[in-house]
Amino acid sequence: MTQEAELVFSRPESLSDVVTHYCPGCIHGIVHRLIAEVMDELGIRERTIGIAPVGCSVLAYNYFECDFAEAAHGRAPAMATGMKRVEPDLTIFTYQGDGDLASIGTNEVIHAAARGENITTIFINNAVYGMTGGQMAPTTLPGMVTTSSPYGRDVKTQGYPVRVCELLSQLDGAAYIVRRTAYKPAEVRKLRRAIKTAFQVQMAGLGFSLVEVVSNCPTNWGMTPKESLKFVEERMVDYYPLGDFRVKDEVKDLR
Amino acid sequence: MSHIVIDEDRCKGCELCTMVCPQGDLVQMAGHFNVKGYRPSVFVDPEGRCTGCTLCAMMCPDMVISVYRTPRK
Amino acid sequence: MKVLMKGNEAIGEAAIRAGCDAYFGYPITPQTEVLEYMSRRMPKLGRAFVQAESELGAINMVYGAACTGTRVMTTTSSPGYSLMQEAVSYIALSFVPCVIVNIMRGGPGLGNIQPAQGDYFQMTKGGGHGDYHLLVLAPATVQEMVDLIVEAFDLADKYRQPVTVIADGLIGQIMEPVAFPELKAPQRPERPWALTGAKGREKNIITSLYLGAERLEQENIRLQATIRQIEENEVRYTEYMMEGAELVVVAYGTAGRIVQTAVKQAREEGIAVGLFRPISMFPFPYARLKEIASTAQQILVVELSAGQMIEDVRLASCDQLPISFFGKMGGVVPLPDDVLAEIKKLVK
Repeated sequence: MTQEAELVFSRPESLSDVVTHYCPGCIHGIVHRLIAEVMDELGIRERTIGIAPVGCSVLAYNYFECDFAEAAHGRAPAMATGMKRVEPDLTIFTYQGDGDLASIGTNEVIHAAARGENITTIFINNAVYGMTGGQMAPTTLPGMVTTSSPYGRDVKTQGYPVRVCELLSQLDGAAYIVRRTAYKPAEVRKLRRAIKTAFQVQMAGLGFSLVEVVSNCPTNWGMTPKESLKFVEERMVDYYPLGDFRVKDEVKDLR
Repeated sequence: MSHIVIDEDRCKGCELCTMVCPQGDLVQMAGHFNVKGYRPSVFVDPEGRCTGCTLCAMMCPDMVISVYRTPRK
Repeated sequence: MKVLMKGNEAIGEAAIRAGCDAYFGYPITPQTEVLEYMSRRMPKLGRAFVQAESELGAINMVYGAACTGTRVMTTTSSPGYSLMQEAVSYIALSFVPCVIVNIMRGGPGLGNIQPAQGDYFQMTKGGGHGDYHLLVLAPATVQEMVDLIVEAFDLADKYRQPVTVIADGLIGQIMEPVAFPELKAPQRPERPWALTGAKGREKNIITSLYLGAERLEQENIRLQATIRQIEENEVRYTEYMMEGAELVVVAYGTAGRIVQTAVKQAREEGIAVGLFRPISMFPFPYARLKEIASTAQQILVVELSAGQMIEDVRLASCDQLPISFFGKMGGVVPLPDDVLAEIKKLVK
């Protein structure tokens, strides 16, 4: 008789048993689970505070079993700074989309990184404002049609997409700035490792950590979930190359 | 035997889990609709080929899939 | 034991004495000395200090620290205060305590760095989006500033609301002898609502987002109830030479100081004039002013602005008597003699 099959994959304790509001096939759901898995693995659920942005993940506080706050649009890194400075033993992470971080909130994330704040930012880049219905974001690719770039993003009048990791990697306060994705299991594994490392960087007090996730938006890209992952693989990752953009030496010793 | 359990009514029919099964098509989209009006994924493994590798579950954004693995002899 | 101290620095020391455990600020004249003072003192006391990237950054750091139940303060000046309004609206509905000091300057726009009172509406009528009012305390001396800052922290905790102090460049920049209360170590009273890590309890969520209309209405009802309580318990004012005053001058903060000297001089010349100086600009002392309006013959309102508090004075007096206005804009500060001349014109 074969042995009893062992449960090897189930909901992490740090993830709430709640059906999310995210659209079918949205990578937000995967990233939420990975963060929760890392919180379980590091045993930090009871001393972590998450900060939700304004955007599709504005309701993130319903999906994690740790203390959570809701920041004003773009201001999560400042809010996290305020928390970390008075509660240095807690693990503080912000969860932000590209409208929140790469548009209205660039000043806050740049200075949090420059100050070397011991906080972690999970940055979801899906090249569009999802919650408000698909407008162009600073990360929208040239030529990409959105509800506010209806003729395709024209770089002459609407400028070029912002590569956040490359931007932040110039700041000495940044200890760990990497870009990952999740369009296939191998990438999901790398993303999980990066999230874990980012939290460990914070816990070791090495400075600012950020993991950019090149993500999708089936609904606002007007694609099926499967097509959207293909677009991530072929077009998004092409403009937003995956990899490590700044990893302090001490971080290498962490692993 | 290694297998997965699909919480059918949580599924949003996004099909991402069907893209990655190393055994081919053990995870397929059902013909019927779930309570949300989506076609849920369904586990079809008559020959017991599932190894419990969890790739389908890794791709699921909604915690629909739990994976059970029988340790290899 | 009194020490001669600049108003801005006294703000910093008062906050420290009240157990303020975190200060987040940004340079803007005429209040930058608070930031500088805190940059010297707070690290030495092992307390949090950050010069933020902007006032936007500063007030959101305050919001973050406040969510953990920590005593936290920021100080700024008019343009900076405007930048903080969005976050203040979030903080009000989040029911987390903090102290915000606005050292007003000439406006609107970049204005100048002179003392002024042009932010009265912004501070007393909410300032940001949505229905809310903040407690607004108006000192006229450096000692009063110190006392009100210390009290502001207790009031913020009592009502779990931001408490603001309305002052201006004059009070911030002058030096006066001042006494401080004993240094209170920052205590963290039990705050079940605070974000401290969900250990041994359900998770706490602090948000101002309520997508369901009824749910948001509930939070608004709770906020309005808090405001009603503040209106009932926190009205403060002071009166000077009001006995038998036929003309009552209403002025607060720096304007109140100037009027006090003018009233003293006028009384010496046998003019029946008194000063009514509100200290809580919100809640405004409507009831007391209504009483005064029923006995006085006329009111003169003096402000360093185009006239904003005057609207509340009208509300209080319900047109029972004539109300005149004397004000200076652009950061011009009138002398007591200017006010005395106005008084004489009215009582001829």
